[in-house]
Amino acid sequence: MASQWKLVCKQGDLIRGAGVAAMVDGQQVALFYIPESDDKVFAIGNWDPFGKANVLSRGLVAHLQGNWTVASPLYKQHFVLSSGECLEDDTARIPYWKAKLEGEDVYISEP
Amino acid sequence: MTFNTPLSANKPRLVVVGNGMVGHHFVEQIIAQGGHETFHITVFGEEPYLAYDRVHLSEYFTGKGAADLAMTDGTLYDDNGVRYFTNSLVTEIDRKAKTLLLQNGDSLPYDKLVLATGSYPFVPPIPGHKRDNTFVYRTLEDLDAIRDCAKTVTRGTVVGGGLLGLEAANALKNLGLETSVVEFAPRLMPVQLDEKGGSVLKGMIEGLDVKVYTDTATQEIVDGERAFHRMNFADGTHLETDLILFSAGIRPQDALAKQSGLEMGERGGITINNQCQTSDADIYSIGECALWNNRIFGLVAPGYTMAKAAAGHLMGDAGLLFTGADMSTKLKLLGCDVGSVGDAHGTSQGCKVFVYQDELSQSYRKMVVSEDGKKLLGAVLVGDNSYYDTLLQYYLNAIDLPEQAQSLILPAMDGAPAALGVDALPATASICSCHNVSKQDISDAVCNGALSVGDVKGVTKAGTGCGGCAALLKKVVDNELLALGVEVSTDICEHFAYTRQDLYNIIKIGKIKSFDDLLEKHGKGHGCEICKPAVGSILASVWNEYVLKKEHIILQDTNDRFLGNMQKDGTYSIVPRIPGGEITPEKLIVLGEVAKEYRLYTKVTGGQRIDLFGATLPQLPEIWKRLVDAGFETGQAYGKSLRTVKSCVGSTWCRYGVNDSMTMAVDLENRYKGLRSPHKIKFAVSGCTRECAEAQSKDIGVIATEGGWNLYVCGNGGMKPRHGDLFATDLDDETLIKYIDRVLMFYTKTADRLQRTSVWMDGLEGGLEYLKEVVIEDKLGMCEELDAAMDYVVDTFQCEWKTTLEDPEALKTFRQFVNYDGVDDNVVFVEERAQIRPATEKEKLELIAKVG
Ligand code: SRM
Ligand SMILES: Cc1cc2nc3c(=O)[nH]c(=O)nc-3n(C[C@H](O)[C@H](O)[C@H](O)COP(=O)(O)OP(=O)(O)OC[C@H]3O[C@@H](n4cnc5c(N)ncnc54)[C@H](O)[C@@H]3O)c2cc1C
Ligand code: SF4
Ligand code: FES
Repeated sequence: MASQWKLVCKQGDLIRGAGVAAMVDGQQVALFYIPESDDKVFAIGNWDPFGKANVLSRGLVAHLQGNWTVASPLYKQHFVLSSGECLEDDTARIPYWKAKLEGEDVYISEP
Repeated sequence: MTFNTPLSANKPRLVVVGNGMVGHHFVEQIIAQGGHETFHITVFGEEPYLAYDRVHLSEYFTGKGAADLAMTDGTLYDDNGVRYFTNSLVTEIDRKAKTLLLQNGDSLPYDKLVLATGSYPFVPPIPGHKRDNTFVYRTLEDLDAIRDCAKTVTRGTVVGGGLLGLEAANALKNLGLETSVVEFAPRLMPVQLDEKGGSVLKGMIEGLDVKVYTDTATQEIVDGERAFHRMNFADGTHLETDLILFSAGIRPQDALAKQSGLEMGERGGITINNQCQTSDADIYSIGECALWNNRIFGLVAPGYTMAKAAAGHLMGDAGLLFTGADMSTKLKLLGCDVGSVGDAHGTSQGCKVFVYQDELSQSYRKMVVSEDGKKLLGAVLVGDNSYYDTLLQYYLNAIDLPEQAQSLILPAMDGAPAALGVDALPATASICSCHNVSKQDISDAVCNGALSVGDVKGVTKAGTGCGGCAALLKKVVDNELLALGVEVSTDICEHFAYTRQDLYNIIKIGKIKSFDDLLEKHGKGHGCEICKPAVGSILASVWNEYVLKKEHIILQDTNDRFLGNMQKDGTYSIVPRIPGGEITPEKLIVLGEVAKEYRLYTKVTGGQRIDLFGATLPQLPEIWKRLVDAGFETGQAYGKSLRTVKSCVGSTWCRYGVNDSMTMAVDLENRYKGLRSPHKIKFAVSGCTRECAEAQSKDIGVIATEGGWNLYVCGNGGMKPRHGDLFATDLDDETLIKYIDRVLMFYTKTADRLQRTSVWMDGLEGGLEYLKEVVIEDKLGMCEELDAAMDYVVDTFQCEWKTTLEDPEALKTFRQFVNYDGVDDNVVFVEERAQIRPATEKEKLELIAKVG
């Protein structure tokens, strides 16, 4: 099935090297804009399953052993931006989306 | 089972009876010396399991399984041709015929025999001791039975208040039973502790809800009325309990020796010589069944030494002897530290005793020293074992005691000699007594390429027994590495192979102004949550630029990025600066009005200011606009920077005040409020020595004197409190500020990331005296630089909130969502004591149910 790209926001809404939150179909999504990465933009769930709050968009971006991750601002667990995996606990996975930049537009789609 | 496998006639048969910890260690030792080539080795064990770690038996109740405790899975035996049989009780030795008889009727010839049969728990012959629901505590099977029983009952009692009894009591408690301990002797742990130590321990254990009966003899056990058993005591009282666990001492398992006519001690035990041979030169005995010099050794370490000696002798190495063992022990029982070294009871002739007792924090320490006060003979510790390692080393190595020997058991105070450095230990010093590893062994291991504690453990086995030597082992390994010039890695993270101090110098000298620039020139990769804020903080300390400047924004942790502390639900707190805790009624009203309007939870903080909690991201700039308009500045409660300067009213109002502490506090807070530092910094100023502002617990403490100000530095409250050190006395205002400038800048320049001044000071070589030389005498010739750096920070101060409010780009980042105006529906408050608080998970579900 061809993926369904959804327009989320403009590039100008993103912050280089950090995250912002967006609402997509009632679900909170954390968008990261990392120009020096291959993917440029990433989208994962905003919900921190450890801290139990919608905060991942506000964490620090960390590049660890080749993985782009975000460190939760609450208890510092790392989530891989491209897969939603948690480096500290492999039973904890969070949702992630494919994301792309087309001109000024930021899109995401189900992986 | 068959023993008729053809054995080559020229290889003698070595049989080991007993596969406990010591029997297994013997097999390891003999294999290590090539004994499996010399002998046909056969091992018999009565238990269904191969050897397991009995020392950590209790962990069977806290999550470990039999496999975790196993000391071998049999591969070592298989790989080296050692035959082993579990579930095999040896019942007889025919010494004339040199054969063994097994319970199942089989028999087997031997040439050399090793008895490692251990011991069994002694159960006092109290009438009723064989009733159902009575147990002992020695094997995995015992523990299975105890666990099964505990599932169905509520009360458990241990008979015996020695080491093992208390460990068993802990286990019962962990199993959820109401627990009591009944001890016949007048005190707990009578073997290791003196009277006072025993009574302090009793107090601590009772504090943990374990009932302790000392001086109590049980006369009989009968049916209970409210519980399964009733224990009737000699004094006419009784105790009702459902489960009884006997732990009244151990007895050597010497039945075989007795039956075969080997020489034994009067009260049991198989008599051995220094080679661990029994009265029959072909039969050895090791471990808890062996009696050396009329003593039984109920610990694993002496058993291991015996195993080594016996294996050595069998292999023709006459140099390895067993010549007694140190029985010093340190333990955490029911969470209470207990330690006993050497002659704990002070029975040596002419000995002298120091005692320290603190009834408040429940600790007791005793040192027994030789008549001339030069050597340590013994010690007792209850409540705090941090003194143990040092005392043990003085004792084991007969090191001369320091001048003020009593300081070894006194709580750390100014000027007290530090704990014995590992440098002072002789090469022969025993570091790990379980595996008999000396300082020299460790140093050899390090020289041969074991460059971490883990490697050293692997090579020497040090630290893999009871684990009690772990801290000392680490110190020795680090010390050896240092001596070799090996760097113990202090890299800040995978992106920068530098310490924070290096980075500070690189940034300053290289005039580097951004993270990207630093990364490009001196790092690799793209940075992480460790190096980004650390570099952000250094850039701010050195250049003091606006923290939300575009290139810095990605360096800031949430709190710094949004200029507020994130709370558990993702909302933020707002803490405006209230210098010295002084606030006008008008400003107080503004805080009240804003809090009311935005429905913020309001609290007076421990730092003498007011915290407003529960602001959402988009509310932050709105609220701060109101506050900045009313003349407030950011309190930087989120930053690694100056927090508060606490103060008392001082001479302006207080009848005792000798100087104006209030004005000084306000001035200091205004001076240092912009400084970004390795960790947060707190000040306090008190108007007289009554010290109402608690200045001695702050990073910088100032106390007014008749002659000016006394300055204290590097105090800390928090997790590990430390009193500040008196740095200088009777200073005038100007000198006071000069010294504070320099101390703080020197700290900012040289400390590690997230290192408070207290920890920095503790690690500063030369300590307080050195800091004085740097700051007062300008020993490093850098005072001018420090002064200039601080002046720069003071001159370039800006309120981050004010700047942010004027910057539309920065304000954009406070949107909750980039594409939607709604709120985060996971942020839900409920009311408590007339204010809001975050709803719990449960409350949220209930609220949703109601709405739905
Ligand atoms: C609000 C306050 C408690 C209160 O309700 O009174 C507080 C709240 C927090 N403290 Fe504190 N501390 C507060 C006074 C103190 C004090 C008392 C004092 O300053 O006189 C201490 C002991 C003194 C000291 O630091 O030496 C204190 C020792 C700590 C520590 C332990 C520091 C240490 O060196 O051991 C931490 C943890 C840390 O910083 O790593 C901490 C960390 C925190 C954090 C930042 C924890 C966190 O990450 O969420 C709390 C966030 C506050 C917020 O959300 O606004 N807080 N904290 C106090 C704010 C004071 C202020 O006006 O700024
Ligand atoms: C709960 C608990 C905690 C402890 N904590 C510590 C501690 O912190 N520090 C410390 O140093 N020590 C501690 N000890 C003591 C330590 O476990 C013993 O010193 C050590 O296990 C002794 O080893 P061993 O091989 O001599 O005896 P054991 O380990 O008892 O082994 C003897 C083995 O021989 C078998 N056996 C006996 N007779 C025969 C026979 N005729 N035929 C075949 N097999 C036979 C037995 O079944 C047993 O398996 C603790 C003990 C217990 C029970
Ligand atoms: S003591 Fe602990 S819980 Fe209380 S405010 Fe400080 S950090 Fe938070
Ligand atoms: S002293 Fe027991 S492991 Fe080292």
